[in-house]
Amino acid sequence: MEKFMYLFRGQDDRMSTQTQAQTDEHMQKWGAWMGDLAARGKFVAGEPLHKEGMQVNGSGKTVTDGPFVEAKEVVGGYLIVNAKDIHEAVEISKGCPIFEHNGKVEVRQIQKMEL
Amino acid sequence: MTQPGNVHQLVGHLFRQEAGKMAAVLTRIFGLHNIEQAEDIVQDTLLQALSAWKFKGIPENPQAWLYTVAKNKTVDLLRTQKRRHEIENDISVLLKTEWTLVPTVKNHFLKNEIDDSQLRMIFACCHPSIPYESQIALTLKTLCGLSTSEIASGFLTNEETISKRIYRAKEKFKTENIQLEVPVNDLETRLDAVLKSLYLLFNEGYNSNSTNEIIREDLCSEAMRLCILLTENEITGQPQSFALLSLMCLQASRFDARLDDQGEIILLKDQDRSKWNSKLIGKGIEYLKQSQSKQGATEYHLEASIAACHALAEDFDATNWKYIYNVYCELSMIKPSPVIEMNKQCFGVCRDH
Repeated sequence: MEKFMYLFRGQDDRMSTQTQAQTDEHMQKWGAWMGDLAARGKFVAGEPLHKEGMQVNGSGKTVTDGPFVEAKEVVGGYLIVNAKDIHEAVEISKGCPIFEHNGKVEVRQIQKMEL
Repeated sequence: MTQPGNVHQLVGHLFRQEAGKMAAVLTRIFGLHNIEQAEDIVQDTLLQALSAWKFKGIPENPQAWLYTVAKNKTVDLLRTQKRRHEIENDISVLLKTEWTLVPTVKNHFLKNEIDDSQLRMIFACCHPSIPYESQIALTLKTLCGLSTSEIASGFLTNEETISKRIYRAKEKFKTENIQLEVPVNDLETRLDAVLKSLYLLFNEGYNSNSTNEIIREDLCSEAMRLCILLTENEITGQPQSFALLSLMCLQASRFDARLDDQGEIILLKDQDRSKWNSKLIGKGIEYLKQSQSKQGATEYHLEASIAACHALAEDFDATNWKYIYNVYCELSMIKPSPVIEMNKQCFGVCRDH
């Protein structure tokens, strides 16, 4: 079994204009999806992220505000799952409620370091 | 907004009801082995309400106020990493990540989830490995929000005895590895145990010699409330659950007629039947109809039928004693006891005169 990280990007802004009930309903779907992953032994870890942050850059460790990428490229959160291979990981990701809000999921395998 | 001065009287009843619900929900979240944690949050929430409301008055929706405070305390506690890892249940993973922590906690405070948590809690409290007297004490403490002193007063015993019973029951949660679930696979046996416990709880309120009339009525109404929860659920709403609820309604309909001003029992024969609660009689009959099943009558069916026969009789002499005698004969076959045998003989005499 390998581990994969999902990077969630580009969730559109509709949460800020939706009613509380609509937001709740959407978050229930995340709960149901993750609950299902957990029940199948797929869930490892994950957290949502604030849109804003700071960047510490290069050898000079200069600190800037950021990330200044396009809104739809900002990472909105991550999730780590167990899967047999990248194909299974991709299949699992298709159940993610982020697609309802026009987002995208980048699927990356966790690299095991050589001894 | 209620005036601050009335806070103490008004919150008593509300606190009792909501404490039981919140304890069930929080135990569902934290797990049965962390029940003390759940009870601590409930206590903190009620204390916070009391001190806030004393100055500001009772909020418009006190229940929502309590739930918001309890939810916040719960989420705060779950965010401390240490506590999260101690939780092992089907929702524990949802509590480990911010993706789902808040929605999961919120979700468990919705009406249907509160009912579900209470049902799970009833089955845990009334687990067959716990002695009946401890089952009842624990049910009253956790699900009905009664204090140990109130329970002791209802059972004519002291607080220490009740505390011991509750402590022993909680120990059983751990030693017997009791699960917080509605036991679908072993439903009949487990439901029997729950109904028996609620039946005893109701009788304790109905028949006890405790002089504390308020507590006695509370025992009866709590037994009925929990029985209603059982009947409203698809899995536990079995014929025997409806039969017990019917019996409770029919018995409770005579609550106001069966004691005189000195608190002495008035015999059925001498009761003022106009004091019988016709609304409860109607409900009792309705539930009795809903309890009909192909599997045959349980003791609750038979006892409810007897109570219904009394309730529908114009007066004592017009009672259908023959019917009652026959039902007692049936009852003594499925539930042999000296009291039933004696009743059977008495009603045999009534029938013959």
